[in-house]
Amino acid sequence: MALHELTIAEARAQLDRGEITSVQLTEALLERISALEPTLHSYLTQTPELALQQAQAADERIKAGNASSLTGIPLGIKDVIVTKDVRTTCGSKVLENWVPPYDATVVSKLNEAGTVTLGKLNMDEFAMGSSNENSAFGGTRNPWDTERVPGGSSGGSAAAVAAGQAFGTLGTDTGGSIRQPAALCGIVGLKPTYGRVSRYGLVAFASSLDQCGPFARTVEDVALLLETIAGHDPKDSTSANLPVPDYRASLTGDIRGLKVGVPSEYFVEGMEPGVEKAVRTAIEQIKDLGAEIVEVSLPHTKYALPVYYIIAPAECSTNLARFDGVRYGVRLEGKGLFDEIESTRGQLFGAEVRRRIMLGTYALSSGYYDAYYRRAQQVRTLIRRDFQEVWSKVDLLAAPTSPTVAFKIGEKTDDPVAMYLSDVCTLPINLAGVPGLVVPCGFSDNLPTGLQLIGKPFDEATLLRVGHAYEQNNTWYKQHPSL
Amino acid sequence: MSLTPEQVRQVAHLARLKLADDEMERMRLQLSSILDHIELLQAVDVTDVPITAQVTDLTNVTRVDAVTSSLPVDAALANAPDRQGDYFRVKAVFEE
Repeated sequence: MALHELTIAEARAQLDRGEITSVQLTEALLERISALEPTLHSYLTQTPELALQQAQAADERIKAGNASSLTGIPLGIKDVIVTKDVRTTCGSKVLENWVPPYDATVVSKLNEAGTVTLGKLNMDEFAMGSSNENSAFGGTRNPWDTERVPGGSSGGSAAAVAAGQAFGTLGTDTGGSIRQPAALCGIVGLKPTYGRVSRYGLVAFASSLDQCGPFARTVEDVALLLETIAGHDPKDSTSANLPVPDYRASLTGDIRGLKVGVPSEYFVEGMEPGVEKAVRTAIEQIKDLGAEIVEVSLPHTKYALPVYYIIAPAECSTNLARFDGVRYGVRLEGKGLFDEIESTRGQLFGAEVRRRIMLGTYALSSGYYDAYYRRAQQVRTLIRRDFQEVWSKVDLLAAPTSPTVAFKIGEKTDDPVAMYLSDVCTLPINLAGVPGLVVPCGFSDNLPTGLQLIGKPFDEATLLRVGHAYEQNNTWYKQHPSL
Repeated sequence: MSLTPEQVRQVAHLARLKLADDEMERMRLQLSSILDHIELLQAVDVTDVPITAQVTDLTNVTRVDAVTSSLPVDAALANAPDRQGDYFRVKAVFEE
């Protein structure tokens, strides 16, 4: 087996036995990145020198017997996550040359664990998009079919893992930006409960929805990554002061007696039959593994899309006010201060970012606030109550992730609403603040599909347990795209 | 729900975005189409439903009132498009 095809757990075992070194792993992945980047464009910035330094340090640490579960493992980081002294662009011209003076908490935690940073991953500008086509530096291609999108916004993070350009990656998810690309690229992705992982150093898109989470090829690898990045952070007052469980301990393979709800509303009109079949087959298998399947209803699901497209743009329009070319980023010359600010923002933000800032500004403006923003926040309460009520009946939910497989590049770029519908099954989870895990569930027309498991707040352990049991009963995770 | 060109101009001004005339019109059509989908919310009965602004159920998270280290001035200014001494430099705020 080629080194880039190892899982993190397999690489860990070989590193600890001294059969391979972190430098060897890192060199193999850097080669893989160089070979595939002209085709895929998963990375916006590569950091080979930093990676080899970190790999050498990791090898010494392993030799000294101080390795953590991730010491010496080469990983990639979405470019919306701030990295000290490494350019961080958020996929935007506005931050084309920005070199942050500090690390995000999740990056500090990876550094403490002794991981190797391969580089910064491509994304839709400021994490707004479902296809990676909104990257100001050119989109990423899907490793399973390079004529198709990898999903978004964490498309680079998903494609890199699927293609063996990283053993694991970090992404962010505001409305589906980890889960939808994980499904479209045939890998595992987790959006943790809001507050499970610190947001300090994530460049904010929608602060009440954003959450950072991992991608990898197996559920066990995702559990290892989550364990490392999760936990309370005094620098993020919305992070939860709760202990982080030993997530690997929950991967027992035994899911007998668990009650799994299937929400009928998530099998939306327009869902591709191949996707629905794959998801329903997966749910049948979970039943065969000893879980009880219960039909449930989340009646306010259809309002999630309009609620999201008020709340997320409203929060983005205020968060992105900081990009004015005064303290960092690019500044365009103009006739006066305000002319400079308006030119910088008007010309350097991409079309989707401008559209969402406009939408959010409108929804918050005097005279429209009650009709749009306030009402959306009220309906958000109803969506959240749907979930609270369903937890009295079931332990978790199983649903589709995306209504379609990966679509063709350019297919939806002229129709914002068609693009937004790509996230119809993932948005409600962010509004409710609960966790969602995606595991590959087979192929439709030779393209990957993903099963979405949705859990109670801070019960990632049950999702990982069920996801792992399903995964190990199949061989999807052993299949790699031919590149 | 159809926005007027004047409304789009006003929102662009509030958002500090300079848009070309053809983009103003494209934006007007796209925003109107998105707002049509959002109209669905007007049908929901929200009588006596409280708002959800955040989902943590935390209130008033405070830290100990003690001095800690923060970003050094030079690091904070390192990315400034223009600086003068220890300040960010911009064009005059009050125009004549």
